[in-house]
Amino acid sequence: MNYGVVSQEQLEKIDEILSEQLIKIGVDCVIIIDMAGNIITAKDNGTSKYDVYSFAALAAGNFATVDAMAKLVGEQEFSLLFHKGTDCNIHFSKIDEELLLITMFGKHISLGFLRLNVVKALEQIRKLWAGK
Amino acid sequence: MSFINLREKIVQVKVVYYGPGRGGKTSNLEYINRKFSKQIQSEMVSLKTHGDRTLFFDFLPFDMGKIKGYELKIQLYTVPGQVKYNATRKLVLKGVDGLVFVADAQEAMREKNIRSLNQLHENLKGYKESIFKIPLVIQYNKVDLRNQGIPVLPTAVLEKDLNSKLKVPSFEASALTGYNVPETLKKIISSTVVSVQKKLL
Repeated sequence: MNYGVVSQEQLEKIDEILSEQLIKIGVDCVIIIDMAGNIITAKDNGTSKYDVYSFAALAAGNFATVDAMAKLVGEQEFSLLFHKGTDCNIHFSKIDEELLLITMFGKHISLGFLRLNVVKALEQIRKLWAGK
Repeated sequence: MSFINLREKIVQVKVVYYGPGRGGKTSNLEYINRKFSKQIQSEMVSLKTHGDRTLFFDFLPFDMGKIKGYELKIQLYTVPGQVKYNATRKLVLKGVDGLVFVADAQEAMREKNIRSLNQLHENLKGYKESIFKIPLVIQYNKVDLRNQGIPVLPTAVLEKDLNSKLKVPSFEASALTGYNVPETLKKIISSTVVSVQKKLL
């Protein structure tokens, strides 16, 4: 079994990417977790207070469930996983086989704009991770 | 998979309570949640059916304090015990670092314990893990029922059924009264931490 150890330098770079691409456009909170439900890093806008540990466990379960459902209907994966609320929305995206990026954002950001920025952030994180 | 954050010096370790349905996995976590409330900063998450059976998992984050400068966060999970939920059981086992097998000591549950343990063995293989290598503690739950005249298997029989090949630490327990619940938890935390340390160093 691989053990996840991330260096301080990598984490700082990832946090920088998350701040630049997502927090700056008005996202409330961004979390990177692994599929086992561990938190790799969490970044917020300073005002939102979520219980990120419980959130990570539930999010990993949720993603794994949707992934299993996709396989049942013959899909490789469902590429868009998004929950819409009145004031808060949650967007999930897969970084790689082990990691998930979860974004929580309010009604002032459109889903399309968010997805564009998520894609940019994912590309940069993947590049960084590949050099690990 | 345990996760180590070198910047914030946090180690996250995943411990899963596994076992047959209505065996007391959720009760173990509920007792821990009540007894160690100081070490638990957030609420226990339970995904249940209307009939109060675990549908997906229970989750309880447990802070162990610092070891060698690292903050140790133990993530306790249970699986749904009912036979039909094996797909979700497998999902919860992903990245597990340590396991508690909660067996139901009632005579009537003898076969269900063995089946559940065999399935755990199979499910772990799916993640290229081995039941013989992963930190594991067995708990014989509900021994308090003896006092109420309900037929409970002698521990020697349970040991022979479930632990003759594994030879892992085991405890008689009562999740309801809390008897040996903290002992089980302490044992699995210490074996898991030792195993994670070995893998890392």
